[in-house]
Amino acid sequence: MNGSAAHSRPVAATLSFAGRLAAFRTEGFPHIPVLIILTVVLVAIFASVIAPHNPEVGVLGDRFRPPAWQVGGTLDHLLGTDHLGRDVLSRLIFGARVSIIVGFTAVIFAGLLGTTLGIISGYLGRWVDQVIMRITDAWLALPVLVFAIFLAAIVGPSVSNIIIILAAVFWTRYARIIRGEVLSIRERDFVRLAVVAGCSKWTIMRRHILPNVVNTAIVLGTLQLGVVIIAEATLSFLGVGVPPPQPAWGLMLADGKKGMMAGYWWLTVLPGSCIMLMVLSANLLGDWLRVKLDPQLRQL
Amino acid sequence: MKRFVLKRIGLALLSLFLLSLTIFFLIRITGDPAVLLAEPGASKADLDAIRTQFGLDRPLWVQYWSFITHALRGDFGQSFYYRTDVFELYMSRLPASLLLAAAAMAFSLLLGIPTGIIAAVRVNKWWDSAGKMFALLGLSMPSFWVGLIMILFFSVYLGWLPSSGSGTILHLVMPSIALGWVFAAYNMRLTRSSMLEVLGSEYVKLARLKGLPEALVIGKHAFKNALIPVITLAGINLVIMVNTAIVVETVFAWPGVGRLLFEGISFRDFPVVQANILMAGTMIVVTNLLVDILYAFIDPRIRFER
Repeated sequence: MNGSAAHSRPVAATLSFAGRLAAFRTEGFPHIPVLIILTVVLVAIFASVIAPHNPEVGVLGDRFRPPAWQVGGTLDHLLGTDHLGRDVLSRLIFGARVSIIVGFTAVIFAGLLGTTLGIISGYLGRWVDQVIMRITDAWLALPVLVFAIFLAAIVGPSVSNIIIILAAVFWTRYARIIRGEVLSIRERDFVRLAVVAGCSKWTIMRRHILPNVVNTAIVLGTLQLGVVIIAEATLSFLGVGVPPPQPAWGLMLADGKKGMMAGYWWLTVLPGSCIMLMVLSANLLGDWLRVKLDPQLRQL
Repeated sequence: MKRFVLKRIGLALLSLFLLSLTIFFLIRITGDPAVLLAEPGASKADLDAIRTQFGLDRPLWVQYWSFITHALRGDFGQSFYYRTDVFELYMSRLPASLLLAAAAMAFSLLLGIPTGIIAAVRVNKWWDSAGKMFALLGLSMPSFWVGLIMILFFSVYLGWLPSSGSGTILHLVMPSIALGWVFAAYNMRLTRSSMLEVLGSEYVKLARLKGLPEALVIGKHAFKNALIPVITLAGINLVIMVNTAIVVETVFAWPGVGRLLFEGISFRDFPVVQANILMAGTMIVVTNLLVDILYAFIDPRIRFER
């Protein structure tokens, strides 16, 4: 990155920062992304302690107050208020809770389901493999987001429904990739020895195959965390995700549309920035883990 | 080759069958559509009349059979909300979606290919890093948020572009950027890696050895070959764009099939939802099938894979 010093015009300053960030990604541990994720997790856990106001109750007299540093803003509402006079900062803090809970749980459920099916499909082979893979194919024929919106519209909005839907939509990728890995693992000597030693199929899958695909599953999970968070925000934005008045970043963006034409920028810019920071961090961490844990997945 | 093609067609048909089955039953086990069709407080007799009118009183498998045989003839029934033929409704919205997808594709290629080439030519310089960062940002921003930010900036503050609707070229600008943004990031990554591969090949080395100017080596010899995978994928991406534009179409009130799906879901207009999802699945399965067969023609190794 020494070369960037030569381009000392103003534009280069921002780009070399981007360059540094990108270099960061390939070289060492992603400190800043991990720090951001940890912060969001902590904020989500201690939301009720940190948040200055109740996120679901507003004062109608305080509608559309701008952030504190703008004319008309007050220190009481650091990041302003929304169309119902609710504190934006408090809603962002509680919104982190929804993103974290939905994001992590859905990824874990999808991972458990996909990994299990992938191992069973790959190890048992024959008709079991055929059935599981044909279902996976059919599932994959729809764009995940369209499928998720469709399912969400059918079962109705709630946090637990969103988790189930996202898990039901996102397991296919795990199943596909893990099955592929299992196909080669099962031909290895230690698996053949286990068969000769008289281990049951169940024991082989659990004790010999599973430990060898866990890394892949973790990498896939981290890479999917961002996608799942965006999917949740999208569903909430469209009104088929987290039901109001619960604070969720996607829902805040949908509400923010009401003040957008009047130029109330903070209602659109702030929740979206939170989503972007969280997703970017998850992607950076996932990229790093991919290179560290699973060299075979580098081309993904 | 013939066996390979037949097998792929069979698998595609099986996928479509499973998909139609899933969609059909999911819609029907989750609620009584007759209740949604009637005025609030309708009598039981009214509900029964509606059930008979739309065939909702028959056993599920009879309904499925009639649904699938009609669907094969392009007959997806009547929209509950618009009271018109669903297939015609879908077809009337499709051109708008195709226009949006084509514009978004043009944008994603115009942005993705040059940046990808520059990143590959200046590999590991700051241009490359900036490009990587841009691709990563593209993948980290929800498309609807990109749309909202653009509305805020270009419509509300600057007043340059209309915030919603359709009709003029100006209406097309923001939706196509919002939709094409993520694909631009994909195209950039793909162009970069494909270009790197080509630049390392023998004929490029030879061109350089001959003493050709670098601009000619890249522009004439490397560029064309590096673009093959990008252009191939553009075909699939176009189909995916048409079918994932729901969020962008909703944000910008663009009258395409995505918005139709959203309306169908909001009004619980299930013939519309059903037809829309099924058309999306069919388009994607068929495109994938065509690409698979095309690849098998080009690359014989694929044909002999298990």
